[in-house]
Amino acid sequence: MVAAAGTETSVPLHTGSRPLRRLLRRRGAVAAGVVIALFIAAAVLAPLIAPYDPLATDFAAVRQAPSLLHWLGTDEIGRDVLSRVIWGARISLLAGLVSVAISVLFGVPIGLVSGYAGGWTDGLIMRLTDAMLACPFLILAIAFAVFLGPSLENVMIAIGISTMPQFVRLTRGQVMAVKVEEFVEAAKAVGNSHLRIAVRHVLPNVVSPLVVQATLAIARAIIAEASLSFLGLGEEPAQPSWGSMLNVAKNYIGQAPWMSIWPGLAIVGVVLAFNLLGDGLRDALDPKQR
Amino acid sequence: MQRTTMLALALGLSVAGAAAASAQTLRIGLAEDPDILDPTQGRTFVGRIVFASLCDKLFDITPDLKVVPQLALSYAWSEDAKHLTIQLRKGVKFQDGEAFNAAAAKFNFERHINMPGSNRKGELSAVQTVDVVDDSTVRLNLAQPYSPLIAQLTDRAGMMVSPKAAQALGDKFGTAPVCAGPFKFVERVPQDRIVLERFADYWDKGRIHFDKVVFTPIVDSTVRLSNLQSGGLEIAERVAATDLPAIRADKRLKAASIVELGYQGITFNVANGPRSKNPLGADARVRQAFSLAIDRAAITNVVYNGEFFPGNQWVPTNNPYYVKSVPVPKRDVARAKELLAEAGTPHPQVTLMTPPNPDILQVAQLIQAMTKDAGFEVKIQATEFAAALQSSQKGDFEAFLIAWSGRTDPDGNIFSFISCKGPLNDGHYCNEDVDKELALARTVEDPPERLKHYAKVEAIVSKELPIIYLFHRQWLWAMSAKLNGFVAYPDALIRPQDLKVN
Amino acid sequence: MLAFLVRRLAIVGPTLVFVSMLIFGLQQLLPGDPALALAGEDRDPNVIAFIHQRYHLDEPIPVRYLLWVEGVLHGDFGDSIRDKLPVGGLIAQKLPVTIELAALAMLIALAIGIPAGIVSAVRKDSLADYAANMLGLAGLSIPNFWLGIMLILLFSVELGWLPASGFVTLKEDPVQNIRTLIMPAFVLGAAVAAVMMRHTRSAMLSVLEADYVRTARAKGLTERVVLLRHSLRNALIPVITLGALELGQLLSGAVLTEQVFSIPGFGRLIVEAAFTRDYAVVQGVVMVTAAAYLLLNLLADIAYVLVDPRLRS
Repeated sequence: MVAAAGTETSVPLHTGSRPLRRLLRRRGAVAAGVVIALFIAAAVLAPLIAPYDPLATDFAAVRQAPSLLHWLGTDEIGRDVLSRVIWGARISLLAGLVSVAISVLFGVPIGLVSGYAGGWTDGLIMRLTDAMLACPFLILAIAFAVFLGPSLENVMIAIGISTMPQFVRLTRGQVMAVKVEEFVEAAKAVGNSHLRIAVRHVLPNVVSPLVVQATLAIARAIIAEASLSFLGLGEEPAQPSWGSMLNVAKNYIGQAPWMSIWPGLAIVGVVLAFNLLGDGLRDALDPKQR
Repeated sequence: MQRTTMLALALGLSVAGAAAASAQTLRIGLAEDPDILDPTQGRTFVGRIVFASLCDKLFDITPDLKVVPQLALSYAWSEDAKHLTIQLRKGVKFQDGEAFNAAAAKFNFERHINMPGSNRKGELSAVQTVDVVDDSTVRLNLAQPYSPLIAQLTDRAGMMVSPKAAQALGDKFGTAPVCAGPFKFVERVPQDRIVLERFADYWDKGRIHFDKVVFTPIVDSTVRLSNLQSGGLEIAERVAATDLPAIRADKRLKAASIVELGYQGITFNVANGPRSKNPLGADARVRQAFSLAIDRAAITNVVYNGEFFPGNQWVPTNNPYYVKSVPVPKRDVARAKELLAEAGTPHPQVTLMTPPNPDILQVAQLIQAMTKDAGFEVKIQATEFAAALQSSQKGDFEAFLIAWSGRTDPDGNIFSFISCKGPLNDGHYCNEDVDKELALARTVEDPPERLKHYAKVEAIVSKELPIIYLFHRQWLWAMSAKLNGFVAYPDALIRPQDLKVN
Repeated sequence: MLAFLVRRLAIVGPTLVFVSMLIFGLQQLLPGDPALALAGEDRDPNVIAFIHQRYHLDEPIPVRYLLWVEGVLHGDFGDSIRDKLPVGGLIAQKLPVTIELAALAMLIALAIGIPAGIVSAVRKDSLADYAANMLGLAGLSIPNFWLGIMLILLFSVELGWLPASGFVTLKEDPVQNIRTLIMPAFVLGAAVAAVMMRHTRSAMLSVLEADYVRTARAKGLTERVVLLRHSLRNALIPVITLGALELGQLLSGAVLTEQVFSIPGFGRLIVEAAFTRDYAVVQGVVMVTAAAYLLLNLLADIAYVLVDPRLRS
């Protein structure tokens, strides 16, 4: 409603190299891009750069403070925290990217249909979207996660579904604004099919606010994955997920603070980077903001 | 400037005020929020901790599991062990002023047995009728001998509530319970606190030294402990074993501990539906190999700082009913591999269903790592508790890592789990010889005689392993160093009798 | 205006119906039988059968939904299976706690967010602007359960200044009340502060470029007067309305924070209810938060229309 009203008025009609240049001028966004690249590199190269097997236990070295052997210490069953934080990047990034991909993949077409079709269809879709948005996000995600059963895939689906209404709303708002523009009217006049108009003319104009929204949604999805893992609803336990590492670590906060500090900082780091990038993208793609 | 001084003063005063008030208040931090406060309907362990201050029972136990009278004075079995006569204490009053007598006791037994939704029905299933012999004597008539009955009466099945209040409130009795215990109910704010105040006419009031008891559920054990450290509690129950060094080092605190009555173990699905058709469900040798691949002492050391006790039976090793001829097995990976080779499955795969508690997940991960050395491939399936219970009952599991809180009588730890028709036998294990011995054990009173039957059960069960017993937890309490008179009981209840602050 | 209001209200009703169906349907999909969870360790079959019958658990889903709707129409949200208490009463008990926590968090968010937003707008592209931005984003990026644990460690365990958790009502002891709420309120407020700061900043930036501000400057008014009297007042209107929306989020967003600090509010009520499959409680709580959310949305919409009549169409 309000959020949509706010964005409906700002429809950038051209994209090109200038936004990229504007983005690169923002030092924060560039730094964020570098940080994300580093996390992605860590995730991809985890088998090469992690000093230990993230699953290898060592009963003789349980909850050891950081040392030359274990730079970030060891965890509750003697696994290397640094290696687990590095491998954890895989789960966190996957959870963030895939769940948002799911919500974009389903949310955008639904939003397109809703905005383009209007009338009764639009009304129904919007009420459903409102209903989902009115339910607390985490409760919705918890319900879906419990329903689907605990695993990384299901957590991603749960978060994806819970995030979807935002994209439906956003896409629809953009479509409503674009569809009265002259070039769409023109395309209609020339006899283009509805699908063609939607895909060729409307969609491209929806892309930039979507990119911004998606970047910010990734940040939120990463926190959501951590929250679900924190509640014990996440990836299979032995797998190194930052959220489930924190779930265990909170019990040792006094005796082994390194167990909670590093995964926590990793989450903050990657989420901050996505938020910064999203901000930078917004500024770069939407000149009115500047 | 003035304002800051005022604020500081206000803060200081409130702290001092709180300290003065709490001298008479016993504040207990619970690990969960109790369920309904009705002895007939109650089902949670934390609920029993509240009942220990609220509702007295006919009998109680001693720390070494002997039965002692509480609201009763004595009991006697008839020759044929089918009639139990109980002498009741005279002059006892319920918290609403009503008198406790044989008629009230009969009312309570019948309420436990007949009330729809009663959780005591199963515990008292042996009781057919109840007679009032005289004003302070009742007799329970049984269809057949059932020696665990007295032990049942040391818990909720032996709690007596005021008949008048129970009749007035019906199944909502738990919202304003009236019993015959040392403290009476004042108020309850769900998930926040339960407040009880001293009952002036308590029959044993000389042993009560607090005016009020306040129970506060604090789920997180770290937070529970820090509340104790910051002076917000007198006792925190079930603190984490890994926090014990910190508690012992803190001069303001002290710790108490005792081994539990229950166990932590792995239940295998041996015959409950298609999922029992896995290498472990199908072949006892594979289960033996699994058991041998586990280093129980390493688990208790790593996860519980060595505070918990390795085990291999349904009662802990110090229990009078522990079968000493079958000791806790040592880890033997070579033997485990041999067994797997004999069974023809060198690399069996199994899914281990686990509740999502952090420490239990840690145990599961250790088991995963240990059994890998013998060739097993364990997949851990962390399943939220409500869903896990249903899967377990439906047979939708291969192995389930689960705890049993334990009963005073050994029968409560084994009968329902492995007898062919046992209500908690989710793996559908069935062996007629085991059933026969378990049934016989129920008819005998004398402990050494009962132990003989249990030894025969253990001889079979330790080979067939429908359940692999892993360890026994230690109940751990942390409390203010000023608190005196605390006695640790294996049922982990906090009895307010004799507790005081110096 | 009236037509607008009517149209908006007409939307709220069906949306709430959808919410109730969504949550009801979703809960029925969850694995796990509440009777099994509630029957206790012994799982007495008699008890399970009794709970099934007493709470209509064996009826088909549509029948149960209609039973629930019928109750609600009579002002009865059902009973908690777990506590046997009426859901309406549970909600009435928890709501004030969560509202107080949310209000305090909002206060903290405004106290941090608005000044920071003004400073970063006025000193655009300065070091202060960047610092405020970074801090704001950090506030958005820290998982609140982690921040909560870190604060407990610092202020309760290490320094011993504040109680680690628990809750005392305002009536019982106002000072202790604030002491128990300050950390959770800060944890919740930190994220909202970031949002408020960003809204304030962009609102201020657009106002600062508006004609009337330029006129005021041209008239030779001091920068301070221009800022406070002309810019801020106009910039604050959208900020406050958006604040109302954030408040709606706070009512339901405190799930993990309430868990970490043991605050007996809505968040804990709903999580515990979800884990024990206490359907009626989950249903009731979600309905109330959803209604609050929709209502605050409506208020924000109205405020917007009042400010900008062009949106009325």
